[in-house]
Amino acid sequence: MIRVTTDPIDPDVLRRELFDPAAGGYCAFEGWVRNENEGHTVLRLEYEAYEPVAVTEGEKILVEAAKKFSHLQAYCVHRTGLLEVGECAVWVGVASAHRDEAFRACRYIIDELKHRLPIWKKEHYSDGHSGWVNCERCAEHAHSVS
Amino acid sequence: MKTITVRYFALFREQAGVDEETLTLEAKTAADVFEFTKPKHGSAEPSGHCKVAINDVMADWSTPVEDGDTVLLFPPVAGG
Repeated sequence: MIRVTTDPIDPDVLRRELFDPAAGGYCAFEGWVRNENEGHTVLRLEYEAYEPVAVTEGEKILVEAAKKFSHLQAYCVHRTGLLEVGECAVWVGVASAHRDEAFRACRYIIDELKHRLPIWKKEHYSDGHSGWVNCERCAEHAHSVS
Repeated sequence: MKTITVRYFALFREQAGVDEETLTLEAKTAADVFEFTKPKHGSAEPSGHCKVAINDVMADWSTPVEDGDTVLLFPPVAGG
C-alpha cells in the first residue's frame, strides 16, 4: 500500500501495519529533510504531489517489488506540504521471511519511487531564494525569489 | 483541431501562471501538446526529462491524444 499525506509520518505506527507472523525480518528507509543541498543552506522543503497518479504508479512499483523479491508486506508513505529540517519526508517499510529480500525490496522501492512518482520538492534557502529540485535546467527562472 | 485540457504542476504551473487551461490545437501526440505549450511553461528541457500522463494514466510522449483528453505535464520529479 502507498499513501500520500500532509500528516507527519510516524514510523513506529507504520511498522506495526507490516506485522506478519511469517516475517523474520523488517527493513525500513526514512528520507529526512536535510539542511544543505549543493552548497545552499536549506531551511525547509515544500513537497507537491499529484496524488491520483502517484498512488497508481506507487502501487505498480510495490507489485513489481513483490514479484522480484517475494517479500511478505511492503508499505510506503510520502509527505506533501511544507516540511522542516529533520522531518521525515518518505518512509518505506518491508517485512519478509529473511533479511536479504527485505533489504533489496526496500532499496528497489525507494529508488523507483524517487524516479517515477509525480512528486516535486521546492527548496527554500536561507538567503530567501527557492528552487525546484531537478528543475534547474527546466527554465531560466528555476531559482526564483519566493 | 482538438480541444485538450492541459494541467501544469510544480515549476510548470508557476511558469504558466495557471493550474490548467483548455486549448484548441493541432496535436497528434502528447509530445505535440508539450511543444505547443513550451512558451507557457518555459521549459528548455527536452520532453524526455519530463513525464506526461493522459487522463490520469502515465503515458509516453508518442501516445496519441484525442479530442477531450486531459494532458498532465510533469516537470522532472524529485520525490523522496
